[in-house]
Order: sequence, then structure tokens, then C-alpha cells
Amino acid sequence: MSAAEREPLLEVEGLITRYPVPRGFVGAMARRPKETVHAVEGVSFTIAAGEMVALVGESGCGKTSTAQTVARMVENQGGVIRFRGREITQLSARSLRPLRREIQMIYQDPYESLDPRFTVRDTIEEPLLVHRIARGKVDRDAKVREALERAGLTPPELFIDRYPHELSGGQRQRVAIAASLVFDPKLLVADEPVSMLDVSVRAGILSLLDRLRKDGMGILMITHDLSTAAHFADRIAVMYLGRIVEEGPAREVVRNPQHPYTRALITVVPKRDPREQTTPQILTGETPNPVRVPPGCRFHPRCPIAEPRCSEVDPSLQRPREESTPDHRAACIITAPGPSADEVGPGGHGAT
Amino acid sequence: MNREPVLKTEDLHVWFDLAGGRELHAVQGVSFELRPGERMGLVGESGCGKTTTILALMGLLPASASVAGRVYLNGEDVLAKGEETISPHRWRDVAMVFQGAMNAFNPVKTIGSQIAEPMELHGTASGRTARGQVRELLELVGISGERADRYPHEFSGGMRQRAAIALALACQPQVLLADEPTTALDVMVQAQILELLVRLTRDLGLSMILVTHDLPVVAQVCDRAAVMYAGEIVEMGEMATIYHDPRHPYTRMLFAATPDLLGDEEVLSIPGAPPRLDREIAGCPFTPRCDSAFAPCPTTHPRRLEVGPGHEALCHLNDHLVAERPA
Repeated sequence: MSAAEREPLLEVEGLITRYPVPRGFVGAMARRPKETVHAVEGVSFTIAAGEMVALVGESGCGKTSTAQTVARMVENQGGVIRFRGREITQLSARSLRPLRREIQMIYQDPYESLDPRFTVRDTIEEPLLVHRIARGKVDRDAKVREALERAGLTPPELFIDRYPHELSGGQRQRVAIAASLVFDPKLLVADEPVSMLDVSVRAGILSLLDRLRKDGMGILMITHDLSTAAHFADRIAVMYLGRIVEEGPAREVVRNPQHPYTRALITVVPKRDPREQTTPQILTGETPNPVRVPPGCRFHPRCPIAEPRCSEVDPSLQRPREESTPDHRAACIITAPGPSADEVGPGGHGAT
Repeated sequence: MNREPVLKTEDLHVWFDLAGGRELHAVQGVSFELRPGERMGLVGESGCGKTTTILALMGLLPASASVAGRVYLNGEDVLAKGEETISPHRWRDVAMVFQGAMNAFNPVKTIGSQIAEPMELHGTASGRTARGQVRELLELVGISGERADRYPHEFSGGMRQRAAIALALACQPQVLLADEPTTALDVMVQAQILELLVRLTRDLGLSMILVTHDLPVVAQVCDRAAVMYAGEIVEMGEMATIYHDPRHPYTRMLFAATPDLLGDEEVLSIPGAPPRLDREIAGCPFTPRCDSAFAPCPTTHPRRLEVGPGHEALCHLNDHLVAERPA
């Protein structure tokens, strides 16, 4: 059964997250216009149980904002998030509490995310105490050991009484993962989970996430590394300036990219084999400021194949013109012509 | 490329003094040659000694470090009398782009004045001449010369990294040592910087050592690579050769741990962690993590052997004199 046929665990539709730009006391006195960072501008995707979706893009593209909005750590200004069929953007802080256990977050830096004065046991036990799960001491101990084992820190007695400074980077990240596993979460949001780690241990952490995925967890992985996404994710969504510009099965997106931005990205990722290097198609400049988003297609000022109409039409995600799998979509009026985002919404919903 | 090496190290060692009279043997007999215009990658995990090695070449190690061995620059042993013999060459012949250099600019001085500083300090140019050279340098790295009067915060990350490269080139060096020059950058900006480094070596005949943990970056940019582990170069050769025919298990396992964009093979982590370098290691230091270790590995340190043209490795598997391998 393909992931698409399974019941979605997480459904995100037309998500909008914006942050006000502080204009300062004098700015306010001068009545300067209020400005907004358009971090996430109409993002839609779904994650099924047992599926890993990678959100890929450069810094400032909105991938972390998307993750934080999904985990209900920042407020969204529009759109819908449904978790196990239930809309969660309107929930009060109180009714969010049980949900906080089911959606867990893993951070980039295991050197920062663990309290140096806490032993491994303290770190993993604390959420149990806060959420008043597993009351008795014996019960808690069993939960801690089980979480350590699931996170690959075996045998648990070797790690349970250690402090973070006695652990390697990879082991620390496993402790952070173990601390999130005590709740038996349904969705794991992992923000750059291996980018601080040495190459030799990255695969171990990613295989651990892969195992959790196979056990039925849904995983949203945020990464800037297309190669990692291509190897471990089921699906890849490429973000640019607050929008998903291409989305599809991981293999399909990297081997048969349809959006000109994805195509350029693929050429600049260094390959392991020196004989297989492609000529990098280097885009000039850097990702523009999400305060002033270009009109029409937001990629058109840097796009190598842009036409005059690209500055007018805001593309929605559509099936590409070239033969492709049905669940592969791109937001480009040249490679994937179809109705614009003004007609169907940036997520491409309503189009066939 | 049969010309004389511009830079050559022989049996370079670095020790750091630790508390309690202990020593950390960070670099353990590193030898290599760098020819004019050549780009060499120095690769390995954190703590393998790659940054210490190039800091030793610059003579910029802290006072707690002691250095032994020889470093030849155009045939002259620049380590012979320590600071006295090395300082005339620092920045003028060998220059370095430090890790995180793009974030090390002084925020209250213009970019241009900071690039002019080494010129004035080393007496290569001053005043109007220096200002003219700064503009030329900025243009060379892809920044409009008019931006010399701007401050660091007015530059994007990629632009500041270009300026950091311009700063390293201020005194017209022959050798550029670049420590993780693209690590904090986005992939598109990384591609721009790597293209710039390749162009500089090609157009100016500059030689470069690129220090990185990222094998694919070396594969894209460098002619040769030296793989470091526990303070030693365990394998060195043409990049294509060590990828297609690795002769040290660490090199092979490091490639296998690196996901390739279009590759299909399973990505495998390397079990365990590198050894501590504050105690003597008997035998090959990679033994506990190695998937091919056999009888002599835990006790005998392997010999450095030439396994092909310009290709050497430090592994018993290549040594016919060592007890024969098990099936």
C-alpha cells in the first residue's frame, strides 16, 4: 500500500505564517509602514503514518517556520492543520497539552538541547514527571530504559547515569530522541537532526529515524541537504521563499526535477564521484528578502528560463508537462502549465 | 604537474600540553607535497588534526603547542627557527581563510580598510596604492570595488566570505589554506564560493589546501585528497583514484557514510568514535572501528606504502610482509 493511500496523519492546507518586522520606537513615531516577513505563504502537504517527508531548501525559505507552525510553537495567520483528522490551529493552550505528547520535536544541536546538569535518566524522566505519565519509580525506570533501547543506546545501564559531556554528539542526539520517544509520539518533527554531527555517525541517527518510521511514526524532516533527503525520505518538498515549489516522491524529485529552482539545486550539490560532477548551474545572487516578495512567480528574478509572463502569474503546484508519476507536482507555468495560484490556491488544490 | 612543490611537509608533529603534564599528540607525522596551482583536500572527522596541521603551516599554533618536523616553502625550511623563519612568509607566501572568517570582520570598520590592514602591516602597499589594490581584489572575488567603503553588516553571508578570501589574498600569497570555507553556507552560495576558489587557483596559479569534513566538496573541487584519521594521513592520492579504489578501510567507510544525491547504496555509519590522542596507541588507531581488521592490526602500527602512482595508504591490508590475511 503506497503512502498516498494510507490515511493521512498530518494534513497541512494553505498554511500562512508571518512575523512582524520590529520598526522600533522612532519607526512607529514616524508612522513608517508596518512590514511583515512572509515566512510561510500558502504551504500544503500531507504526511501519512509510516512516512517521512523532507522539507528541503536554503536558509530563509520557511522550512523551519513551517515545522514550528506544525508543532504549534508559533501561530499561523492562515490555513488549516489537521492532525489525525482534527483541526488543531484553533486549539487553546490547555487542549493542546495532550497533542504536545503526540507531536514531538528534535533539534539540530544536541550540545544545546540537553541540560548539562541532568543525567541521561533525568533528561528522559523529566517529561514523564511534567506530564504526570508513569507515576511510580519502577514504572518510570522501565519507561526510561525502553526509550533508550528504542533510540539505540544499548545496553541502557551503560548510558543511564551519564552526563551529556560524557557522551559523543551522536549519543547526545540519541538521548534527545529517546526523551521524545517516552510519549510514544505519532509525529516526529526533526529540524536538521544530523547537520551538527560528524559524517561517520549521521547515518546511524538517520537509520534510527528510518526505523521509527517503519514502526509507523510519521516524520517531518527539515534539512538543507538534498542528498540526505534523497536517501532517507519517502517524499521531498522543495521550498523557496515561503512556498513549496516542487513536491513528489524523493527519487523522482532528485532524478527528474521539474521546477527550474530544483533543477539548479540538483546541479550544485557536490557528488561523491569526482568523475560524475555536473557543470553547476549557479544562480546569481541569494534568496531575496521574504519581506519584499517578488510579484508573480517568486523565483522569476533568478530563474534561467523565465518569460515575461512569469512576473505576472503566480503559479500553483501542478502536474508537470513531461511524463511523470501522478503525485509529482511543480509550481512553474513553463514546465507545469495549469491554472495559477490566484485561481486554485498556492497548494494547487482544486486542480486535477 | 611535474614542477617542484611549492609547499612540502616532512614528518610534521604537533603536541598540545594538557593539564597534569599530559600531552595530546594531535598531528602524528604528516608528510605531503603541494605543487603550484594544485588543489588538495584535507578531509576527516572533527578532532582528526586537519585544522591543527594547517595552523602549524601558518605558524599560528598557541603557546601550549610544540611542533616538530620540517615544512619547506619553495625549498626553504620555514620551521627551522620557529617564528623567526616563518613570519616573513606568513600572509605574503602562505595565507589562510579561517573557519568562520566571514563572521570575524570588525563590525565598526569598513571591509576595504580591513583588507588594506595586512598590506600596511606587511609593508606591501599603503595609502592610495593599498586602496587601489583593495578594489582590484574585491573585483577579483566578485564584489564591486565601490563596496570597499561598506561595513560588514551591509554584506550578505556569501559576500562576507568572498571578502574573507580577498583579505587572505591581500599580500599576494602563493598558497591559500582554506578551513571549511563553505560549511555555514547554503548550497547555492557554496557553489559560488567553490567556483571562485577554483577560478583563483586556475587564473593566478595559486595552490590551495581545502580543509573540510565534506568528501563530495573535495570530489568537486580538488585534484588530490589526503584523508586524516587520529592525527595521521591514512590515505592520499588523486581524488578519482581514492574514490574508485580506496586502499584504506576508513576512506571506503567514510565514502559509504556519505549519502550521494543520485546513489542507491545504503548509507552506513561507522561504529564507535575516534580514539583519544592523549595516550599512546598501540597498533593501527582505526582497528576498533574497522570492518577489515585482522591479526596484526591491534598491536602493530601499519607502514606507509605506495599502492599506486601517487597513491599511498597506511594499512596492513596492502602490506605483503605482514602475516597473511584470513579468508
